[in-house]
Amino acid sequence: MSHHIVEFKDVCFRYPDGTEALHNLSFRIIHGESVGIIGANGSGKSTLLLHMNGYLMPTGGTVNIGDLHLTRKTRREIRKKVGIVFQNPDDQLFMPTVYDDVAFGPQNLGMDEEDVQKRVRAALDLVNCYDLINKPPHHLSNGQKSAVAIAAVMAMEPDILAMDEPAANLDPKSRRLLINLLKTFEHSKIIASHDLDLIFDVCKRCIIIREGTVAADGPSQDILTNKILLEENNLELPLSLQRR
Amino acid sequence: MAFDSQYYNVGYLDRLSYQDTFVHRLDPRTKLITTLLFLFTVISFSKYEVAALFPFLLFPAIFLTVGEIPPGFILKKVLLVSPFAIFIGIFNPLLDHGQVAILPGLTLPAGWLSFASILLKFFLTVSMALLLIATTSFPTICHALRRLGLPSIFVSQLLFLYRYIFVLGEEVMRIVRARDMRSYGRKGTEIKVFVRIAGVLFLRTVERAERIYFAMLARGYEGDMPVSKKYHLTTSDLAFALSVIVCLFIFRCYPVTQIIGNFFRGIFS
Ligand SMILES: Nc1ncnc2c1ncn2[C@@H]1O[C@H](COP(=O)(O)OP(=O)(O)OP(=O)(O)O)[C@@H](O)[C@H]1O
Ligand SMILES: [Mg+2]
Repeated sequence: MSHHIVEFKDVCFRYPDGTEALHNLSFRIIHGESVGIIGANGSGKSTLLLHMNGYLMPTGGTVNIGDLHLTRKTRREIRKKVGIVFQNPDDQLFMPTVYDDVAFGPQNLGMDEEDVQKRVRAALDLVNCYDLINKPPHHLSNGQKSAVAIAAVMAMEPDILAMDEPAANLDPKSRRLLINLLKTFEHSKIIASHDLDLIFDVCKRCIIIREGTVAADGPSQDILTNKILLEENNLELPLSLQRR
Repeated sequence: MAFDSQYYNVGYLDRLSYQDTFVHRLDPRTKLITTLLFLFTVISFSKYEVAALFPFLLFPAIFLTVGEIPPGFILKKVLLVSPFAIFIGIFNPLLDHGQVAILPGLTLPAGWLSFASILLKFFLTVSMALLLIATTSFPTICHALRRLGLPSIFVSQLLFLYRYIFVLGEEVMRIVRARDMRSYGRKGTEIKVFVRIAGVLFLRTVERAERIYFAMLARGYEGDMPVSKKYHLTTSDLAFALSVIVCLFIFRCYPVTQIIGNFFRGIFS
């Protein structure tokens, strides 16, 4: 548990159609840090997260997770450490019932049935969705899907948690629950979101991405209160700060 | 909008299968096997048999009531596919001119008899198959198949089909709505638009498939679907299977209708 470091060094990425989504992107996140990734639509947040466990391989530069250097060979190891919650929960809930879906990860880790059940229960309790355990995903609302998708990743007990718009579909109470849940997660976490209040609440550090590269990197206190910087990046002050 | 209502119809059948009744709780394997036995027994009757088939109506009736399935819904579905059976059987009365004696002194034209037999068998088999689906959710049927020894890869395909048919359905619905909303009264159903929509849908599906695969890898997928052992055969399963088999056997081997008829004739004379 010594170093859950995430390090991007001069990462470049070009989609097959030629779009350059990341360009010389560098940052370093140390163990236990919580970092918010913000930026305009299309700035490259989702692309960045997909690099965190090797779904996309950088076309230039390097990615290091812990003491592992990301290559096609180390991908599998890295995937056990990094849990990613995707932007669209439908992509993530692929099993026919909530139970099966949350159990999928632990079962693949080779746990026996009893431990799997315990993990599933614990993970669903975390997001307050234990009642949905026998439902098929297509009978859930979008917010419930998001919550279950989070549970499915938490059931893997990852060392590093990466989330793409985790609160997009959640109602205020579930959003609050999620924020509290994220605060209790001690390992490193990286959250890409347009919900600046959530970022302000959960993350001590904040990185702004513009056109695939780091435009600003510093304490949330400084960045999220800097109106000019935010507006340059299609963002605005968190609501909680606007009232003052 | 035809697509919407068809889609919600499938959804309704699916929703029924998640109720919690005695029939729903039975082990999926028991239900699958007894239903198959039922189908084979019904089909095994000779082509002129009508009276002996009536007792079999008991099975769908029991499934309907115990499983709390609205009969109207199942009837409507059966009627929907019935032209098929009528088409198969309709020429029998024209082609088959023989006479069959069913009771001493009562003969009926063989053609009509076999037509009635086809319709009845059709009704029994289709309604029973529908009831199986309405009382056993698709994933549990898949688990049953897996536990009965079907290859894992085949069962996972079925499970994915089930999971994403609804996602795809919703995607189609969104596209169709978006089209209707912007075609301002024109039908917008020209072939050109349709081809475009199909193309968009295809691309979205491919991209989605890729993202799903990512999500599976993220959770340790290495080519083998895990099997969960949630279901166990209980005594009520065995009791259920046993009573179904006994009933099927009796209905198959003894002319139950005739016996009951004789019994009542005995009382009233
Ligand atoms: N599959 C793809 N093929 C080609 N280009 C893509 C693909 N996915 C994204 N892009 C492009 O890459 C860039 C970064 O996209 P990305 O999805 O990372 O943005 P984002 O910051 O997550 O935006 P949002 O806030 O809208 O989620 C965009 O210019 C986008 O058009
Ligand atoms: Mg995104």
